[in-house]
Amino acid sequence: MPDLLLELLSEEIPARMQPRAADDLARLMAEGLSGAGCTFDRVEAHATPRRLVLSIEGLPAAQPDVREERKGPRTDAPEKAIEGFLRSAGVSLEECEERVDKKGAYYVALIETKGRPTEAIIADLVPDVIRKFPWPKSMRWGSGSLRWVRPLHSILCVFGGDVVEFEVDGIASSNETTGHRFMSDGRPITVSSFDNYGMQLESAYVMLEAEARAAVIAEEAADLAAQARLELVTDEGLTQETAGLVEWPVVLMGAFDESFLDLPPEVIITSIKSHQKCFSLRDPQTGNLANRFLMVSNLIAEDGGDKIVQGNERVIAARLSDAKFFWDQDLKVALEDRVPPLKDVTFHARLGTQAERVERIGTLAGEMAERMGVSVNLAKKAARLCKADLVSGMVGEFPELQGLMGSYYAHAEGLEHDVADAIAMHYKPQGPSDEVPASKVAQAVALADKLDTLACFWAIGETPTGSKDPFALRRAALGVIRIVLEGELKLPLSQIIRPHIAGPIERRMETEPGYVKQLIAKYLEDGEDAAKAEENWDKGRREECLAREVVAMSDSLLSFFADRLKVYLRDLGARHDLIDAVFSLGDQDDLLKIVRRVDALGIFLDSEDGQNLLAGYKRAANILAAEEKKGTKVEAEVDEALFEGAEEEALYAALQGAENDAVVSVSEENFEGAMAALAQLRAPVDAFFDAVMVNAEDEKVRANRLALLGRIRAATLQVADFSKIAG
Amino acid sequence: MLAASNKATPAVSLDPQRSFQGLILTLHNYWAAYGALILQPYDMEVGAGTFHPATTLRSIGPRPWKAAYVQPSRRPSDGRYGENPNRLQHYYQYQVLLKPSPPDLQELYLGSLYEIGIDRHNHDIRFVEDDWESPTLGAWGLGWEVWCDGMEVSQFTYFQQVGGIDCTPVSGELTYGLERLAMYVQGVDNVYDLNFNGGEGEDRVSYGEVFLQAEQEYSRFNFEHANTEALLRHFEDAEAECAALLKAGDTGEGLHLMGLPAYDQCIKASHLFNLLDARGVISVTERQSYILRVRDLAKACAEAWLKTAGGGAGETANSEEEANH
Repeated sequence: MPDLLLELLSEEIPARMQPRAADDLARLMAEGLSGAGCTFDRVEAHATPRRLVLSIEGLPAAQPDVREERKGPRTDAPEKAIEGFLRSAGVSLEECEERVDKKGAYYVALIETKGRPTEAIIADLVPDVIRKFPWPKSMRWGSGSLRWVRPLHSILCVFGGDVVEFEVDGIASSNETTGHRFMSDGRPITVSSFDNYGMQLESAYVMLEAEARAAVIAEEAADLAAQARLELVTDEGLTQETAGLVEWPVVLMGAFDESFLDLPPEVIITSIKSHQKCFSLRDPQTGNLANRFLMVSNLIAEDGGDKIVQGNERVIAARLSDAKFFWDQDLKVALEDRVPPLKDVTFHARLGTQAERVERIGTLAGEMAERMGVSVNLAKKAARLCKADLVSGMVGEFPELQGLMGSYYAHAEGLEHDVADAIAMHYKPQGPSDEVPASKVAQAVALADKLDTLACFWAIGETPTGSKDPFALRRAALGVIRIVLEGELKLPLSQIIRPHIAGPIERRMETEPGYVKQLIAKYLEDGEDAAKAEENWDKGRREECLAREVVAMSDSLLSFFADRLKVYLRDLGARHDLIDAVFSLGDQDDLLKIVRRVDALGIFLDSEDGQNLLAGYKRAANILAAEEKKGTKVEAEVDEALFEGAEEEALYAALQGAENDAVVSVSEENFEGAMAALAQLRAPVDAFFDAVMVNAEDEKVRANRLALLGRIRAATLQVADFSKIAG
Repeated sequence: MLAASNKATPAVSLDPQRSFQGLILTLHNYWAAYGALILQPYDMEVGAGTFHPATTLRSIGPRPWKAAYVQPSRRPSDGRYGENPNRLQHYYQYQVLLKPSPPDLQELYLGSLYEIGIDRHNHDIRFVEDDWESPTLGAWGLGWEVWCDGMEVSQFTYFQQVGGIDCTPVSGELTYGLERLAMYVQGVDNVYDLNFNGGEGEDRVSYGEVFLQAEQEYSRFNFEHANTEALLRHFEDAEAECAALLKAGDTGEGLHLMGLPAYDQCIKASHLFNLLDARGVISVTERQSYILRVRDLAKACAEAWLKTAGGGAGETANSEEEANH
């Protein structure tokens, strides 16, 4: 079984595109070969800064032969018909068989297609894959028309030891490649197999596997750090990225002036990482940053790397000087003085400036603080200053430090700890594993920031669709959910969102031509003429449209929260049928309450009482459903006079008690209590079904018993919609 | 020393590692030997070497082109009154444009680095992803910034579009930041300390002696004194003149007679915009609209250029005729 080796050698491929490109190459080639009937044992693909490499093991020498039969005309058909058939099937009469059925004899063409040699399949497939390769961005070069991520230089394609010959835009395939750009001797390397390719590349200073390069980087970095009695500030992303920048990693250590250690550590780490792709080091004793850094070079230098280190040190010193300059300059301006300039910074073209945004967040943060019982003043102050660092020099240079820098500046000017903390933490949590702000003030500002973002983008219709969520609204909603649940905050979201979303909607009415028209059309009375309504647009109509749109948009946002909460709970392992059972109750806008109800429901249903009650409920619901399908109306009221046995009386009494207890417990948000109230129903429900025949002869008795079953459904609805529960 | 001062000619070195002008001359010699035309800077204020018509316009259309030149580049808002060791409002770019881009462009470029004394066995040279886009020129390309020991020393770009027109063939553009490169090879941390002429002792002329005063004076002009009303007027004049020349030069028969003068007005408008920007009189929202106005000029000039001889007007028609015969 022959193997295939393919190498596409190009100019430097951006590091971030390499892993995906290797996967795409493997996928497209595997699909192409499988599609042609060429199965294989193993496929692997690799990427370096200059090459995409694919190895497929255990391919057949050729496609399998295909035998096909095609039914033709009768043997006594006119000659022309038979000739036509032979022509279309591409066979001669000798290659046909005569078969007989009830109506007589007819021809069957036996078409045998020899499988093409795999080599020929590859020769067609590779150029096709190259031409259609899904690079995120590709380019042309020279006078050619081929597109590749950067100019493609050579194609090595060897199958079973031999070159598969083809040409793509003037590049002919071969069995040759070259080694490391600077360290190999530059002579062509002739290759016959993947093993032999890997070995030769290794001796020409190319490590093929990204994981191997990353491992060398991690290992050499740890060694160098240990030798200096330091510890690496690990950064998996940076390790991967640097592994994509070199074919032969060599880690070196450099130093910078100790005076730069006055800068906040995050500034140093970010500065040398984002500009120079270097690693920071810290003292394991104190945890403080050291004035050392590690760089990953692509060269075993003759001088041991002295010049490389010197060069990098000079660049890092210049970078840190810039950072120091920003830091010193920024400290001269109070955060409060950075608030007015926010009016020159656009938040979003349709949503106004950062100043307007800060204004809104302040109002909302105050409201949150009040509901949470923390200082409204502190929350408002933090909210007012939370975006001020956007116009600082440091954040201009390193946007990823927003929030954190504001917090440093707040500390430096002696603002309240809560305020400084809230400025740093208000962007959090940034995802499912990021930390939730711990202090209540920070929670208030973080909630305000996220709710404002959500309300605003909802108001302008920029909601997430499918995989598109350019404003990270799902993340914002998840942030709200996590803060509310982990902070155990009781917040009626509808009440909060409605007044807040009115602002951006009004803004749209005033600034977006056509929006008023849309609203009129949306809320047109039956039979009313749109053009007339537009003409008669007045304050009253405006108020009405606004009010209705506010409700519509906040309901839409609320159901988005419901969806995100479901996803969140499901990820935590909650049963989604239970979530549905709670959401199905409607009007759920208190996230904490929903989750507590789901939790209590889960515990209840895990108990024997719960299981049995559920079974009883299902039985009742099935009977009711069958009746309702027939058109029977189930009475809401039960008539005690119609009871014939003790079980009916007992169930009725239990229902009244349980329903009442459940209502009281739910109103107190004591969901365990509500479940316990329902649990009381289990025995009487069981007894009822054991002893009583619902389908009584007497019409009235029967109707009364159905009403009793209806009450079981009603009682359980106080807690959850049991019809949504599986099992 | 005495002996040296008695000499009629001062002791200067043209070693690119010791002389700023030596660096320029080395690059000139290298690219001239390759066959590039050594052109002189364009005689207008521009923000980058790319604006020189030898790049912008020559990169459009079918005709081959090889040129190298130094272009003084002005970035008014980068002025620091001569107080920042790395930032200048006026600096030099060394620009090479090869059309079509040769297959060994990377090796050619590396050859130029070796020529100025960057030894491949001891320096870590890297091609780091950097997509280039010039919103004002309606241009973009893919390539890298080239790092030498962590320092960005050049931009390396394969032009895909200029003036909104697809580049066929594609040009390869190399832009060396000369001061930065010189600081690196001379081992100097402050641009003003660069040895300009390669002289020693009394004969040494530093970059600061040549340009420090200019940096101070122009920073004052750029940030404080440039008359913004006049600049705004000039911008509008340049825009109008550009449009007028484009109109007047178009024969209506597929030829254009004034693509180059029209493009000069586009360059002018672009620089005036940069000055206005440095004076802080352009708001964020206005900024975009100014950029679009300059881009419209650039696009119209690019289209006009295609109707000139330099832009290959008539060539495609000829080759079609030939193909028909």
